[in-house]
Amino acid sequence: MATAAAAAPRTSGIRFGRAARRYGWTIAVYALFAVLMVVTLIIKPDYGAFEWNTLTLAALPLAFAATAQTIVVLSGGIDLSVGPLMALANVLALRAMLGHDLGYSLIVALIVLLEVTLAGALNGAIIVLTRVPDIVITLATSFIWAGLALLVLAKPTPGVPFDFQNLAQGSTLSAWIPNALLLLLVIPLVWIPLRRSRAGLAIYAVGSDRNAAFRSGVNLGLSRVLAYAVGGFFAACGGLALSMTTGVGSPLAGTYYTLSGVSAIVLGGVSLAGGRGGMLGPVAAAYILSLIPAVLIYLGIDPNYGQMIQGVLIVIVVMIGGLGVVLRRA
Amino acid sequence: MAAAPNDDSLTDSGSLLEASGLAKHFGPVVALRSADLRVRGGEIHALMGANGAGKSTLVKILTGALTADGGTIRLGGRARTFRSTSEARKAGLICVYQDPSLLPDLTVLQNLILTATPISSFRRYLADLGLGGFDLSTMPRELARPTLSLLDLARALAIEPQLLLLDEITASLPADLTSRVFSVARQLRAEGRSVIFISHRLAEVSALCDRATVLRDGKTVGVVEPAQGGEERIVKLMLGPVAEEVAAEAASPSTPATGAVAVEVRDLKAGTLNGVSFTLRFGEVLGVAALEGQGEKELFDCMAGVRRPESGQILVGGKARSFGHPADAIRAGLVLIPADRLQALLRQRSVRENIALPFVNRIARWGPINPRREKRRVATAVKRLQIDTRVTSEVRRLSGGNQQKVGIARWLAGGFKTLLCFDPTRGIDIGTKRQIYGLVKELAANGSAVLLFTSELPEIQLACNRVIVLFGGELVDEMPASDADERALLRAAHGLPSEEGE
Repeated sequence: MATAAAAAPRTSGIRFGRAARRYGWTIAVYALFAVLMVVTLIIKPDYGAFEWNTLTLAALPLAFAATAQTIVVLSGGIDLSVGPLMALANVLALRAMLGHDLGYSLIVALIVLLEVTLAGALNGAIIVLTRVPDIVITLATSFIWAGLALLVLAKPTPGVPFDFQNLAQGSTLSAWIPNALLLLLVIPLVWIPLRRSRAGLAIYAVGSDRNAAFRSGVNLGLSRVLAYAVGGFFAACGGLALSMTTGVGSPLAGTYYTLSGVSAIVLGGVSLAGGRGGMLGPVAAAYILSLIPAVLIYLGIDPNYGQMIQGVLIVIVVMIGGLGVVLRRA
Repeated sequence: MAAAPNDDSLTDSGSLLEASGLAKHFGPVVALRSADLRVRGGEIHALMGANGAGKSTLVKILTGALTADGGTIRLGGRARTFRSTSEARKAGLICVYQDPSLLPDLTVLQNLILTATPISSFRRYLADLGLGGFDLSTMPRELARPTLSLLDLARALAIEPQLLLLDEITASLPADLTSRVFSVARQLRAEGRSVIFISHRLAEVSALCDRATVLRDGKTVGVVEPAQGGEERIVKLMLGPVAEEVAAEAASPSTPATGAVAVEVRDLKAGTLNGVSFTLRFGEVLGVAALEGQGEKELFDCMAGVRRPESGQILVGGKARSFGHPADAIRAGLVLIPADRLQALLRQRSVRENIALPFVNRIARWGPINPRREKRRVATAVKRLQIDTRVTSEVRRLSGGNQQKVGIARWLAGGFKTLLCFDPTRGIDIGTKRQIYGLVKELAANGSAVLLFTSELPEIQLACNRVIVLFGGELVDEMPASDADERALLRAAHGLPSEEGE
């Protein structure tokens, strides 16, 4: 029996089946997005490059928020301070960029990325050192980052340099390839090398089975801190994305993104128990969650129903996913 | 029976590994008192000991997963302290555990990269273990347990360790795979490397190992050569002198019960449990003796309605019953006392509420609770069990023994016919243990049926009328308590035939 299971047959059929099982959820999320797009086109036949551009702008900060949460959740943790970290990056950037040119703004952006990455690392370090549950620590630090953001900037202030805004808002290559879509390339640029490195494998390992990871010689504490630090980096990207897409520095802008980020990763097939999932799913889920309010507007329905639909969608999708697991076991 | 060890390595006086006086305690609990272990180069050395003797603590210290409080480790003549498993790995010490330590959500290849394992060497050992042409993009979570064990072993071998520790790796392997593991171990020995082999199966130890170190209560009590009829000595060393005292105390083994059949189990299969049948009568305490993981957990879980059996029947009062939920079993009169008391109790609630919980459920249904009636029944149960507490205090403030009494008291107050005790005295002091066994016997004398599993074999005689022994998921022996001294149980529980021939 064991031998049969071990000698994995190399037939393409089995390979295909396994790929479908392993990446099935991601494929399904993209299929759902495609279906929603088709529905949108039916409802609004004149859907064009402008609407597509608007969608990519709305989805950009959420995609980064989801990415930030994904890496932390993959390591078996949770970060309730993603939203406030984004707000912090957003207001820090505005304070420093106000009235400066693009070159200066880019340097500011790099510094902000570094600062908020460190803030994320601090989250992780506190969790590892105090052994207080991650949900408690990041809840506490979420108030700290939010308070800091308010100290930096008391109220929403416009003034992000236009050249910096245009990094996301324009469509340099072609009308259907907005800059906001291209900016998503930051995610694979960081993620793919990390995933292929031992450090990235270690992040999956601590989330997958901490005991086995320990026995495999993984440095548990360091791997977890790394996950929170990379999470902080992506949260900073999200905050800068907010600067570009809104043109405003707002200390309260982040609140929406903590839980919406969690929604996106659940929808995107990342296991909240850790160790399972990738980046492709959550990014598509961010697009789905951003498309829903737009569709409601096209239908003439109050877009505030969007939140309810988002809730229902999560329950249904996760239920279907759970059903799939049960059927596979049977 | 063991192949003649390489003469050169035996005459070589220098040991590969010399651990002496190793000690480790966790708070007030002493896991290891003073353990000595000497392993020669080119030797397969067994590490033996009953549950709780300190084997796994010793293994963890040797491989750097734990740091010792005292004692020294010398490897190849040099004193070493390992602060992490990777340090021990670099020094050539690696352990393969019973539960494979491959990460379930990384592919096998990624697992190898994570541990910096040379892949060609991994493939070669995998082929030796009969898994040539294995697809490295498989995820461990998709694989069967025995395959995982072999992968884990090959991964350990691939770093070419000087000393390989096998911690009960054969427990989850079928016989054909076990023999492959053996041949790899012998191959290492032939190359002058050493293996520390841990197994509950004496037969495997005597077939494979050159010498055996026996631990008892955290101390090394002897080194034996199992091949020359050393098995008996190993068993004696594992037992220690205490066993005879306990046997003397069990002066009055109860007579076999003749009551009506309370529960009959027919050909029950679930997980490890592989077709077990027996009957449990009213008025008796039936002991279940088994080493860990022989299907005893599954048996109790099925009978208590915690899990559904794959096949087979449970007959209560002659009628086949199917339990989909513990509530079904409780309704049929079967109640479970688990080993971990806090699994059954609401630790932050009062003793009274805990005892009243099952019968509140019944008397009051969903209506209001009658506090007077509740109080009276709880008081009776508390008095009968001599629970040492004010009834209103929180359960978590009680000692383990008193908590376990609360667990039993709730069923006394609630009413039951059959009590399923799964290792009820784990981690409880001797005095309270005696009380609990006395209580169990008294319950049986008053007409209840009791099924009792205990991980401490000498206690079987204290409490039971009759014993069944499980090994490898099957019922391998049945004996009256008067014959069930620890030695007989230990032999049977290790899958050895009873010693009539001697």
